[in-house]
Amino acid sequence: MAKIIGGLTTSHIPAVGNAIANELFDEPYWKPFFDAYPPIREWLDKHKPDVAINIYNDHGLGFFLDQMPTFAIGAAHEYVNEDEGWGLPKVPPFPGDAKLSWHIIESMVEDEFDITSCQELAVDHGFTVPMQLFWPGLGDNPNMPRAIPISANTVQHPIPTLKRALDFGKALGKAIRSYPDDIKVVVLGTGGLSHQLDGERAGHINKEFDQMCMEKIVTDPEALTKISRHELVKQAGSQGTEFLMWMMMRGALGDRVNSLHQNYHIPISNTGAGTMMLECVE
Amino acid sequence: MELSDFDHHAPIEGTTLFDGEMAMKGYALNKMCYSFNKAEAREAYLADPESYFDRFGLNEEQKQACRNKNVLEMIAAGGNIYYLAKFAGIYKLNMQDIGAQQTGMSVDAFKEKLLRAGD
Repeated sequence: MAKIIGGLTTSHIPAVGNAIANELFDEPYWKPFFDAYPPIREWLDKHKPDVAINIYNDHGLGFFLDQMPTFAIGAAHEYVNEDEGWGLPKVPPFPGDAKLSWHIIESMVEDEFDITSCQELAVDHGFTVPMQLFWPGLGDNPNMPRAIPISANTVQHPIPTLKRALDFGKALGKAIRSYPDDIKVVVLGTGGLSHQLDGERAGHINKEFDQMCMEKIVTDPEALTKISRHELVKQAGSQGTEFLMWMMMRGALGDRVNSLHQNYHIPISNTGAGTMMLECVE
Repeated sequence: MELSDFDHHAPIEGTTLFDGEMAMKGYALNKMCYSFNKAEAREAYLADPESYFDRFGLNEEQKQACRNKNVLEMIAAGGNIYYLAKFAGIYKLNMQDIGAQQTGMSVDAFKEKLLRAGD
């Protein structure tokens, strides 16, 4: 049977993609951010997951406002990165695992989650930057797993509630664990933490709130479901709603996790950048 | 920080929630900006912005906000920041440039504000 070995979180800021392309790892601005990743890569090299479920939010590449799915799951053999308009270098396609995708979709719809399945889905920086951070070299990295993108809507309100995000994760975890093949799966929750790009409040970052979220997501994610979406915007900023991806990831990991490693750094671009490595407790 | 401290109803200063109402208001503007994912669309826009506005049916408020390259005006006209970022990219404006413009700060002062958030 499939096994979830753990979950990883990271911010997925486009500027990180540019910094990777330009190899700025040791620059003073970037070093406190990139230094968070070697311990995670060591853990990944040791455990070698076969599949990464990459939970992110599309930012206007794969979806537009004409058709905006609340929860979309990739069901393709391959996912292509495309031009996002502002100069981030394109990266090669990512191999998928369509068989596992359809198993997850079947199981989650059985559990009454209404899923949009995507046999084609252009993946943006929200998906590609975490893959580059965790598996440098991407396709040239022998340990890069097959990937399944899951995108939740944070572009347009109403966005999912924090409770729905956590419950989605629980159903996702159940779906993965019921897959008959003996594979190892890692779940990525990407985006956040606090940031706001738009309006007179642009540049809003909330360290205290971010650190509270990083603590509670390990020990008591249920408590975080008490935060309303309105309160999430107020505390974490308009785009801090990406914390929903972390909640989805956390739900998939089960009741108990060990936090093996974490980092929090302000600022990367306009964002409080949070990185966590959580291991499932059997 | 205690979760019970949260006020779930107060308006959020300096923030426009992009909801259904704004999504309808800004649809043409956002659709134009979404087209800028493609290089040929960016070239077509730069060659003749006014006819590009008309191709997507922008209203006068949206056109003027674009002519002014004014992000707050574009948001008021229904723009969503993720699509507006593609418009800004045409003019090589990054998120710190946009942040400075919206907050009325210099770019250096805006970057300093971000750094200070970590104190």
